[in-house]
Amino acid sequence: MTTKAQELSGWEYSLAPETTKIDIEQKNKLFIQGKFVSPKSRSWFSTINPATEEKLADVACAGKADVESAVTAAKKALPKWSRLSGSQRAKYLYRIARRIQERSRELAILETMDGGKPIKESRDVDLPLVAQHFFYYAGWADKMQYAFPGANIEPVGVCAQIIPWNFPLMMAAWKLAPALACGNTCILKPAETTSLTALRLAEIMQEVGLPEGVVNILTGAGETGKLLAEHKSVNKVAFTGSTAVGKSLMRSTAGTGKKLTLELGGKSANIIFADAAIDQAVEGIVSGIYFNQGHVCCAGSRLFVEEPILDEVVSKLTHRLRSLRVGNPLDKNTDLGAINSQEQLDTVERYIRNGTEEGAQLHEIHSERLPSKGYWCSPCFFTDVQPSHTIAREEIFGPVLSVMTFRTPQEAISRANNSPYGLAAGIWTNKGSKIFEVAKKLDAGVVWCNTYNKFDAASPFGGFKESGFGREGGMQGLRPYVRLQNQSRRAK
Amino acid sequence: MHTPVDTVMVEQRAKSFASRSIKTESKQQGLRLALSMIDLTTLEGKDSPEKVRALCTKAIQPWEGEIDPPLPSVAAVCVYPSLVQVAKRALEGSGVAVASVATGFPSGQYPLDVRLNDVKEAVCAGADEIDMVINRGAFLSGEFDVVAEEITQVRTVCGTAHLKIILETGELETLENVRLASELAIQAAAHSGSISDGEVFIKTSTGKVNPAATMPVTLVMLEVIREYYKETGIKIGMKPAGGIKTAKQALHYLVMVKETLGDDWLTKSLFRFGASSLTNDVLRQLVRQHTGRYTATYDFSEA
Repeated sequence: MTTKAQELSGWEYSLAPETTKIDIEQKNKLFIQGKFVSPKSRSWFSTINPATEEKLADVACAGKADVESAVTAAKKALPKWSRLSGSQRAKYLYRIARRIQERSRELAILETMDGGKPIKESRDVDLPLVAQHFFYYAGWADKMQYAFPGANIEPVGVCAQIIPWNFPLMMAAWKLAPALACGNTCILKPAETTSLTALRLAEIMQEVGLPEGVVNILTGAGETGKLLAEHKSVNKVAFTGSTAVGKSLMRSTAGTGKKLTLELGGKSANIIFADAAIDQAVEGIVSGIYFNQGHVCCAGSRLFVEEPILDEVVSKLTHRLRSLRVGNPLDKNTDLGAINSQEQLDTVERYIRNGTEEGAQLHEIHSERLPSKGYWCSPCFFTDVQPSHTIAREEIFGPVLSVMTFRTPQEAISRANNSPYGLAAGIWTNKGSKIFEVAKKLDAGVVWCNTYNKFDAASPFGGFKESGFGREGGMQGLRPYVRLQNQSRRAK
Repeated sequence: MHTPVDTVMVEQRAKSFASRSIKTESKQQGLRLALSMIDLTTLEGKDSPEKVRALCTKAIQPWEGEIDPPLPSVAAVCVYPSLVQVAKRALEGSGVAVASVATGFPSGQYPLDVRLNDVKEAVCAGADEIDMVINRGAFLSGEFDVVAEEITQVRTVCGTAHLKIILETGELETLENVRLASELAIQAAAHSGSISDGEVFIKTSTGKVNPAATMPVTLVMLEVIREYYKETGIKIGMKPAGGIKTAKQALHYLVMVKETLGDDWLTKSLFRFGASSLTNDVLRQLVRQHTGRYTATYDFSEA
């Protein structure tokens, strides 16, 4: 007999890399007036894969003349586009959404290569939400009178939209979809480190036959964004990014008549009460701070735990961190990918040093799988954190969590609100009444109850205080892109 | 008394295990591991000695073909008490254990002395493992002491035989009930005497009630086992049963065990699948990886 009751045990996952090859143009041009054009600035910069530090391609850096052409194109396209009926505009949006779905694999892989996020997330979270956003606002395009009953609804005009590198395509969708549905024309400026997928989106605009000039895409660095936002023919600026840049945009647009919406930083509180389902709350901590390497503006980066359960939470979190797989973002089993850039890695590491120096206790799970090249940061958290510590006040934008305690709901609320930011918050309790009571007292634009980092096109997103103003998503997301005139008529 | 459980987040976590990509070498290894953890089961009124003998042959050597390294045997054969002797004889010297359901399986709606006697006879007949059912009526009416006391008595009667405690989660309905019943079962078993690793299992279902094992239910039970281990250092085993029919599902469960309890639990002495049709699907996948071709269903023996 060949078989015996062998005692098999243990098991490792094999490598599971995404192997589909993506062709990348060596020179990635600007998208203006429906065409890909070389930059008049004659300036280019290179974009790299943060997981390997290999150069992926050259990308055009738009200068003043390029901004001028793009704004002119958008302005020229405006009258015709804004006069199209809502249902006609919806057709284009539906086509864009479908084309995104059709090309989603390619887009997800490229998003991961250029930005460092795990393929699991770009494939299962980013891309479905990108498509959903276009579908959702396609639905609104011919129903605007239900969003703003009784008003005469006009588009704002030419929109300058400046987006960050953490969710490149998703931010593009959040900006473009409502703007187009309302009849505006757009100039989108992707972040310097993640330009490539925005340019694929430009290809999609061509493929679906979107009228020329309705969407223009200018790649470049901060200077390009500044030129764009300050251009006199721009009617509306929408920005997602750092609070410092947001403040300077507010200054530069003041008195110009430009509409402005800002979605800025955060230092969001995730509050766990002792009566919560703790094993599930630990899942919420993990998806709150380690999702997308912590490169999330609404990351639950301040954890407040009710004192009696601190030890249990810390022990369970430590256990859970061991099962997180850090490494090659193209591997389908990777949970945390690469930090987006050397610059960002330096920032995160500086904060980790800060935390230790100021006396907080660092808990780190060392991963042996980290590749030798690329920008990596193992997920970690701090205990013994004081509210005055830098790591408890400033946005780190990395996989670093600060754990603090509280004793009463009142203390949890006041400590959560003790921040210049007010983007998001999480509450974990098994008691429904406590959820309602605490949620309404939290100074945060988004409050997640017994969950965290859940997004949906139908749900408005945006912050209070230094986290910005204006909402993206939902019916509320239409408001920044329309001018409303309330007409009073005398009854016959 | 109830430890809260949040269904939405449990389901989200359970789903995340299914998104692990298990390919090539790890698939091969995982499937062999799964095969070695199966309790090959037949629990029908029409079961015959002939059928049980066939099942035992299959348990020892799941596939007749040549494959290198040779495939492992399954963990155990699970039958009704009246067929334990037949199985015991057929499995002698093979290393495959004989498991017997008892305690008035599947309903448990019998007087306690009848249920205890059922266990005694199965053990006398040679059962290495007893799969008992808890008193769901008592549990749902809040008589937790009764449920616990019965479990303690059953374990005492088991002697050296290992005990698997079936919660019948399909009848408990909520995850909070599943959690409470798991805690209660482990505590009650411990009450009758010290437990060595793998001597006591908690098990989801009889297979006679729908829904049987699901990923969320199993996850909640694994979390209780994890907590008990942290408190006492004792390793309780886990057996999801019923509804696991495909090799792919089996791999999802193994991922869940690995990431919830760790590699220590990835052995048949601490994890089992209660299943019958799973075996042939696992074999089909293993043979395909070996030969590069899918085989027809009739290429594998029934049983």
